[in-house]
Amino acid sequence: MRHIISILLENEAGALSHVAGLFSARGYNIETLTVAPTEDASLSRMTIVTRGSDEVLEQITKQLNKLVDVVKVVDLSESAHVERELMLIKVRAIGKDREEMKRMSDIFRGRILDVTDSTYVIELTGTSAKLDSFINALDTGLILETARTGVSGIGRSDRILKI
Amino acid sequence: MILSGAEIIIRCLQEEKIEHVFGYPGGSVLHIYDELFKQDQIKHILVRHEQAAVHAADAYSRSSDRVGVAMVTSGPGVTNAVTGIATAHSDSVPLVVLCGQVGAAYIGQDAFQECDTVGITRPCAKHNFLVKDVKDLAITLKKAFHIATTGRPGPVVVDLPKDITADKCEFAYPAAVAMRSYNPVTKGHLGQIKKAVQLLLEARRPLFYIGGGVVLSNAAEKLTELARRLGFPVTHTLMGLGGYPANDRQSLGMLGMHGTYEANMAMHHADVILTVGARFDDRVIGNVEHFCAAPRRIIHIDIDPSSISKRVKADVPIVGNAPDVLEEMLKLLDEGLAPTIELSGWWRQIEDWRAKDGLKYRQGERIMPQFVVEKLYEVTGGDAFVTSDVGQHQMFAAQHYKFDKPRRWINSGGLGTMGVGLPYAMGVSFANPEATVACITGEGSIQMCIQELSTCKQFELPIKIVNLNNGMLGMVRQWQEMFYSKRYSQSYVTSLPDFVRLAEAYGHVGMKIEKPEDVRPALEKAFTQYKDRLVFMDFIIDSTANVFPMVATGKGLTEMILADDM
Repeated sequence: MRHIISILLENEAGALSHVAGLFSARGYNIETLTVAPTEDASLSRMTIVTRGSDEVLEQITKQLNKLVDVVKVVDLSESAHVERELMLIKVRAIGKDREEMKRMSDIFRGRILDVTDSTYVIELTGTSAKLDSFINALDTGLILETARTGVSGIGRSDRILKI
Repeated sequence: MILSGAEIIIRCLQEEKIEHVFGYPGGSVLHIYDELFKQDQIKHILVRHEQAAVHAADAYSRSSDRVGVAMVTSGPGVTNAVTGIATAHSDSVPLVVLCGQVGAAYIGQDAFQECDTVGITRPCAKHNFLVKDVKDLAITLKKAFHIATTGRPGPVVVDLPKDITADKCEFAYPAAVAMRSYNPVTKGHLGQIKKAVQLLLEARRPLFYIGGGVVLSNAAEKLTELARRLGFPVTHTLMGLGGYPANDRQSLGMLGMHGTYEANMAMHHADVILTVGARFDDRVIGNVEHFCAAPRRIIHIDIDPSSISKRVKADVPIVGNAPDVLEEMLKLLDEGLAPTIELSGWWRQIEDWRAKDGLKYRQGERIMPQFVVEKLYEVTGGDAFVTSDVGQHQMFAAQHYKFDKPRRWINSGGLGTMGVGLPYAMGVSFANPEATVACITGEGSIQMCIQELSTCKQFELPIKIVNLNNGMLGMVRQWQEMFYSKRYSQSYVTSLPDFVRLAEAYGHVGMKIEKPEDVRPALEKAFTQYKDRLVFMDFIIDSTANVFPMVATGKGLTEMILADDM
């Protein structure tokens, strides 16, 4: 089962490596990891996408809570939430592909951020699955480079992760 | 008051009422050692290797319930200390380890004696800090002691760049520390506790399964009261020895890979298990699938939520401090809850298992290791602090020295670190200066920290070393005999030193004992005539002795190999 874990942690040197180290030491996998300070600069919010059985997820949550730098942990996927990932993708845009690329970008509600004679940089936001389908929809030969942020997520309605 | 970083460190230690620091000086900690020199409240114990400093601080804590403090220099000082830190971490021992570091400006430059201390110690310590500003020093040390000693205890490493120890700032030691990210639960959930008591009272085949948490949290007294009031059998893990009096009829002894027959059988057949401060370790329950096959209800009390339902699902999880939770349970009994189920059938069954006497051994012409431990028990009146190393001798000690009190049995259970025995005995001696301290070891383990004989001489520590010398790495040999068709790969130790002369070279008393009839007299002599000396007793034992019962890796608890089977 895929889970999205959101973590509030002290915005201190070493906090990130404590979390990352925990995952590697205990053999948990990380599909994506994003981290940035919150509106309170003393706190960072980290989002980790991982996979595991209920037992494994219970252990991950408990082990994260045990880390001294971790303030709060929630499994977003336990209830209603929204998740987004951002991708910057550089594609070849020459000849007939130039128009096709523009069209694909429009279909997926992308934005073209950079234009040269031969390339576009497209910005695309959505669930990871949407970004995957965009990539799958393109001829792989036309993809020059991709940069994905990893998933960020937030609970719906009044479910709030704050201290 | 404006103080230097080094002065602040010493003042913080004094504020924490630290009396002993185990350490080894070096370039990056010179400022601190200079301040240490100028005071006499804190006594520094100079070891001969940093690993021993941490082990000694560890045993100091285990045997006294005070926090242990070690101090090492940067680079190799830290890497040598890592084994000690990891050992303490595995067994949840509260330590503060102060590590020198190169000056902040040199960090990351591959400077002389630089290593990434916080990186190296991250996975083997409860927490670690790198102090980057002298103004953070006092609060960081306060936090270090707070984190080390609260919740599930553990070692905390503080990395101290040399320039920070020279910088100056206003000093005030905080009286308390509040951390939003660290608030361990102590009180157990009352609803869960009621459910647990109800379950215990309805049990037909109850069992208490207690671990090191009982000893560490000082829950032995409450646990003993609860067990006696309910009349339930108690089994201990290796770390839980002393958590309940071993000589009591209700004690079934240690369980697990080398547990007693009755303990393992009871663990497998119990219908309600009260687990306190234990964690269903692989060495304790064997194969999880085999263990979980029998239907049973498990109550699990632990201060660390991640220890609950980690390997075995708990039916009634209770996160809390063991003495507090047990106190609540006792209160419920006071309010009139009482067992209604007759347990005589269960006890009869247990006595049948006990009658099998899985610990028995054959005494031949050569000294049996079990016999030495038994005689040590007799000669010390069962009242010694016993440290051990890791291997067969550790299991013989755990099986045959009956610990009636907590904090008397000091060994490396989780990490299984060979070499701890002698430094552990040193730590115990400093924490309990009047106590009888014996170190049960083997010729393999003792050589891993043998240099500490020199420290023992410097401080005149009257430790009694019981070296069970079989000329083999006994536990390795036992496994090779049983599972590798007697291919004794690298388990035979040739060129052993003459331990008697070695002990004498260090200024101690050495004895070599080769006959069973000489065992007791030698021990008596060591504990009377040489009471105030370190005595190294080299017992040449039967090298074919194996530890039984034994549950092989991957097997279930009931699939024990007994001495009679061999």
